[in-house]
Amino acid sequence: MSRLSVSLPGLNMKNPILPASGCFGFGKEYAKWYDLSLLGGITIKAATLDGRFGNRTPRVAETESGMLNAIGLQNPGVVNIIENELPALKPYNIPILANIAGSTEEEYIEVTRQISASPLVSAVELNISCPNVKKGGIQFGTHYKSAAELTRKVKNASEKPVYVKLSPNVSNITEMAQAVEDAGADGLSMINTLVGMKLDWRTGNPILANKTGGLSGPAIKPVAIRMIYEVSQKVSVPIIGMGGVSTAEDVLEMMSAGASAVAVGTANFVNPFVCPEIIEKLPELLDEIGVGNISEMTGRSFKQWKTPLSSR
Amino acid sequence: MMKHLLKVTSNTEIARNIFEMKLTGPGVGSMTASGQFLHVSVGNHTSKLLRRPLSICDVDFEREEVTLLYRAQGDGTKQLSEKQTGEVVDVLGPLGNGFDIDEVDVKRSALLIGGGIGVPPLYYLGKQLKNVGVEVTFILGYQSFEDSFYVDKFKEIGETIVTTVDGSLGIKGFVTDAMERSLVEAPVIYSVGPAVMLKAVEEKAGILDGFLSLEERMGCGIGACFACVCPTETRKSGYVKICSDGPVFKMGEVVL
Repeated sequence: MSRLSVSLPGLNMKNPILPASGCFGFGKEYAKWYDLSLLGGITIKAATLDGRFGNRTPRVAETESGMLNAIGLQNPGVVNIIENELPALKPYNIPILANIAGSTEEEYIEVTRQISASPLVSAVELNISCPNVKKGGIQFGTHYKSAAELTRKVKNASEKPVYVKLSPNVSNITEMAQAVEDAGADGLSMINTLVGMKLDWRTGNPILANKTGGLSGPAIKPVAIRMIYEVSQKVSVPIIGMGGVSTAEDVLEMMSAGASAVAVGTANFVNPFVCPEIIEKLPELLDEIGVGNISEMTGRSFKQWKTPLSSR
Repeated sequence: MMKHLLKVTSNTEIARNIFEMKLTGPGVGSMTASGQFLHVSVGNHTSKLLRRPLSICDVDFEREEVTLLYRAQGDGTKQLSEKQTGEVVDVLGPLGNGFDIDEVDVKRSALLIGGGIGVPPLYYLGKQLKNVGVEVTFILGYQSFEDSFYVDKFKEIGETIVTTVDGSLGIKGFVTDAMERSLVEAPVIYSVGPAVMLKAVEEKAGILDGFLSLEERMGCGIGACFACVCPTETRKSGYVKICSDGPVFKMGEVVL
């Protein structure tokens, strides 16, 4: 075990870094830029039962220190993903977290059943927080009873551990987290994007064809840090943290808030090499603060009074 | 790798809000295909995160220098326009698939039609076509005289017809208003501009062969984020990604 390795249900990662769902396709585009086996894992783009075309364009709009997207869960469908996309990732021998979505409970369950049966999938990420589709997605993720019920059903259908990806667009994320934990979630992914909007001031029209979109990027990192900090103290399952992470420093901040692993999203668009660059820099930062293993960073913000690092 | 740090050798306003930026450095040597683009980082990656896809306008291989033309319209491109000589610009590329110039029989002529900030890649393309012996005609559409650029440079390559919406330069109207006469010799058509213009060009071109280069807001620029898709009836998937399958497509291949 190296000092960067972390272990979460279904995900034995040689480092805590994985690309976030939707920001990395199914990996093949980035495989042209670097060796994906450097990654701790990979989260693939959301799978639905049938292929989906997604929303009309424009689908992205830049905002201050962030961006809005409204892709609309475009994907070739779960069968196609299992047959054509997953095998291409096999040579890299890294854990694959498969994000799954649907319009109905039945669709979520069927997609989970199929994709979790693939030997190449290490764990499932239940997407109940996509803000950009009319049916499903965030509908399940903003009412904690329906979130818990869906989690229970998906968990029953899954052959692999289930991570529930939480929406920040709720009044009390801790209640939501506790509800899905009680329903059997093996872990949490948080946070998904914040619903936002951008207008062209000249015409008054929204920039995005979908009108609203999900805000990501450094602008949302403080929100993610706060939510992970609050939730991680109230649940016992591990958290994959995400939301605006762009640097190795951000990774350690997010782990300090309570994350056990960290996903990098929008930053991949800014710099295709961001994930390997972060991984390379982590040991240096750990040395600087005198931490041996990166897993010790998890929850350091609220645990530090119990075992102060200065007493080592 | 395809990420380069290039040094600004000049960055000047050549028409209203239109800037010509020249960049030099290793990596320019790979920019051989016209119609490809560079994904250009405008700031320091904090406030303005996303890169801007800018078409290659010209390449000087001896000086290892690439020319990009862009419109400083929003905050990001305005920041880019403030880059001083000697500053470094982070670019990915060349990205995308460029124009296929092998499709043109040298005996045939080519008609290159560009609108607004879609005009720049036609300069590099026009030079390449001329170099292989193709007779090139340009139709360049601008809003007005003040927005026009590179007209004299295009004239050095071939016949250049200019249209302006307000009639302050050349023919009053749109590029399609000037196409008729040039279609007689059944040229191969190459067109770059906004989708509405490309659609009109495609309709006017009828059965002629041609290539269209599409513009769209992009995220990653390498085909991973699915931001810049366009519907198609010619592929099983039902869509193409403009950044990585294009930006150049055969006429009729995509649904505009």
